[in-house]
Amino acid sequence: MTDFAKLLVLLVTSILSNNFIFSRFLGCCPFLGVSNKVETAAGMGMAVTFVMALASLFTWLVYNFILVPLGLEYLQTMSFILVIASLVQFVEMFLKKSSPSLYKSLGIYLPLITTNCAVLGATLINIEQSYNLLFAVSNGVFGALGFMLAIVLMAGVRERLEFSKMPNALKGFSSSLIIAGLMSIAFLGFSGIGG
Amino acid sequence: MSKAGKVFTNGLFNENPTFRLVLGTCPTLAVTTQAMNGIGMGLAATFVLLGSNIVISLLRKFIPDKVRIPAFIVIICMFVTSVQMLMHAFVPELYKSLGIFIPLIVVNCIILARAEAFASKNSVLYSAIDGLGMGIGFTVAITAIGAIRELIGNGTIFGASVFGSGFEPMLIAALAPGGFIVFGLMLALVNAVSNRDKKDVEAECALDEKEAA
Repeated sequence: MTDFAKLLVLLVTSILSNNFIFSRFLGCCPFLGVSNKVETAAGMGMAVTFVMALASLFTWLVYNFILVPLGLEYLQTMSFILVIASLVQFVEMFLKKSSPSLYKSLGIYLPLITTNCAVLGATLINIEQSYNLLFAVSNGVFGALGFMLAIVLMAGVRERLEFSKMPNALKGFSSSLIIAGLMSIAFLGFSGIGG
Repeated sequence: MSKAGKVFTNGLFNENPTFRLVLGTCPTLAVTTQAMNGIGMGLAATFVLLGSNIVISLLRKFIPDKVRIPAFIVIICMFVTSVQMLMHAFVPELYKSLGIFIPLIVVNCIILARAEAFASKNSVLYSAIDGLGMGIGFTVAITAIGAIRELIGNGTIFGASVFGSGFEPMLIAALAPGGFIVFGLMLALVNAVSNRDKKDVEAECALDEKEAA
């Protein structure tokens, strides 16, 4: 398979059959916490996409050009989380200066992303699968698009459920989890696509 | 009850990280396909919680307020990396089945939440007890979810067959959707029970007020 075809397969599988939320369980906290409104969910999705692309790029460089030559692979987790945390801080400062409108729409979600396990998870998967730089960054972006699809769909469902009657015990997280389970069954139908 | 006992049981019941605070949902959903995985994940997280709570509590007067979150993350990460290496060396099978979720303990919100809310304000002894209580609460919760999913999805608990050969397992419970649905239903059950308790208390209070009047 050519590289282009492989990338296409990666795009389809990471959005549909290997979705970060529905089959890998990465990034569930913001998925459950920030999915009340479609608008905020889309904002969160965009912020995650942005950070995940940059994080994939920088962690790949750090791992292959600093940790491997020095034989410090066991510091992987620690260096990655520091890279992600400082990246988030930097992106926040940069956006505040250069693009206040984008900062306003993404701003409040940025600090939350440091502890989003989807970001650290994606960077760890990149190393585990020994992707090259192109595939690592694509994996980050495509994975984040899958996350965005999931959180926006979820917000759509929850918006319509807001005023519906349901037993008190099911309100809040438990109904969200059951909805996510049903959506996950739907996504299970995609398994097998792209081998 | 003594303060130590209160701090310990707080993590088990009132503020159970899984069922009451709903923190750390990713590992809860991901590794609970079997009861054994739940125990492994729970113990690893307990070790990290205990260690990080103790160290953060010891250092709480030296860590400047402004950089406390990065400092906490580095301390937590130190324990996670050591757990990862220990598990790789001594329980390679479990290490393999938990996979990427061992390094991801770093971003498990329970641990950072306890560091921020408890260990950075309390003495070493209470912080250690709090870490232990929270860790055991987490372990019990995810082992229970794992046991239910294993029972429905595979007909076994801890690998031992329960229903005999006539049972047709519902594979869906062990797959991804089963994780969401089983966790959601258990959460609803816990809510229902605690709501009823609350109602009883409220009814009693109302009764007391009436009597007083």
